[in-house]
Amino acid sequence: MTLPAAGVVQIQYKCYANVPTENKWFCKDYLTDYASDLRRATVEHLEITVLAVVVAVVVAFPLALMARRVPLVETTVLALTTGVYTIPSIALIPLLVPFTGLTRTTVVIALALYSLTILVRSMLEGLRAVPDDVRESARGLGYGPGRLLFRIELPLALPVVMGGLRVATVSTVALTTIGSLVSFGGLGNLIKSGVSDGFRAQLLAASVLCVLLAVALDATIVVAQRLLTPWSKGQRA
Amino acid sequence: MTVLQDAFTYLTTGSSWTGTDGMLHLLLQQLLITVTAVGVAVLVGLPVALWLGHLGRLGFLAINISNVGRAVPTFALLGLFVAMDSWKDGIPLPFTEATLPFHTAYFPGVLTFGPYGRGGLAVVVALALFALPPITTNSYIAVREVDVDAIEAARGMGMSGWQRFRRVELPLATPLITSGLRLALVQSWATATIAALVAGPGLGLVITEGFVRNHYGQGIAGALVVAAVALVLEVLAALAQRAADPLPRRSSRNREGRGEAGVSVPRPMVAGAETP
Repeated sequence: MTLPAAGVVQIQYKCYANVPTENKWFCKDYLTDYASDLRRATVEHLEITVLAVVVAVVVAFPLALMARRVPLVETTVLALTTGVYTIPSIALIPLLVPFTGLTRTTVVIALALYSLTILVRSMLEGLRAVPDDVRESARGLGYGPGRLLFRIELPLALPVVMGGLRVATVSTVALTTIGSLVSFGGLGNLIKSGVSDGFRAQLLAASVLCVLLAVALDATIVVAQRLLTPWSKGQRA
Repeated sequence: MTVLQDAFTYLTTGSSWTGTDGMLHLLLQQLLITVTAVGVAVLVGLPVALWLGHLGRLGFLAINISNVGRAVPTFALLGLFVAMDSWKDGIPLPFTEATLPFHTAYFPGVLTFGPYGRGGLAVVVALALFALPPITTNSYIAVREVDVDAIEAARGMGMSGWQRFRRVELPLATPLITSGLRLALVQSWATATIAALVAGPGLGLVITEGFVRNHYGQGIAGALVVAAVALVLEVLAALAQRAADPLPRRSSRNREGRGEAGVSVPRPMVAGAETP
């Protein structure tokens, strides 16, 4: 029995391989080889973030309207939302698990609760900032309460509300990563496994994607605001 | 719902509180880390921010730092921080390869650091960095936004720069400064919990361990304790903030009313907590 002549085999590691000589922070091969993983995680991240913010907007609007009319509702809502905001995200998600299980819903509810805090406040602030004279003249022109709200007050409150929406969206993108605790964290899942496996290329790529996603969504909202409030063009919020 | 019973059982079992892995030890450890980090951030950031606010310079820096900070996930940053074992090459530190207890030579990533526990140093440094934006931004804005008339009056009375700062600007700025400190404290507690996801000590370990081992009851119990402490910290900080206000019993409604007659003035944008 003779072994085939064993030349010294030089193993070619990819730059992201977890060996002492490689495991680079930035590695092009990683981006191409793991493109489908990255895409899937980014899409999941985007879905969770957008769902959470949309749910928060839908809940925050009637809450803000009620809080504006009834002082008791205002104090209660503000106290409750401040309380929620105080609870660390990594504690809030487990606290929802008994009710909604290890699902995406758990993460979306937790994130929506955080956004709610910011949105209710900014909606209240925006509506309060509408000058009384404007309201008076609208009433004088025969505007009813519904038309007054949607045609006069909301458009004038929009810049402040959109400011709140920007803050809520950007922080929701960052917070979504914590959803990795129940395996629904979008890019957070990649960050989590990147940390536990010492997989640097993945850790850095997922982190950078997170920040880019936040910047992209922020820019989208700014553009939307410009389109919705063409009269405020050129004047800085 | 059985997980809720499990959580209750975990909370009421003595052994889950005692010992070095017990929640009591982890709780004290996390409190120590939080307070140290905020203390470091105050020592470093507060004087600089107050001085710049007094001079009224570099404002864009103060605002932008906190805006950028919001977009970067704490989780990701902590992960990057801990995975940077090449630190030992780059930054001179009082440890050498030989004194490190791990052959992988992670530093300061998972190194044990006195009473702060495993990964303590990395977490304290990271937390102090995270606590800087709310403290500096709020303090800067607080001093900067002091009524110009009040400063003019003080100048007219012949006060020097230091006297103006000490006797006019600082008392008027105190509510906003303390609200920044309160924000930093509560936020640091939250971030310290997240630190357990990557390496750190503290109560987050109870949560992550519970979820990794499918002991969801334990995870939920840990979360309850973390949330309870967060709320207690917030309430204590709010009380301390009220006690520290040199002009007490001034309702927020009165303050909003300042400004030109009939024109409602939007309150200055205060740095928000990045992540709960």
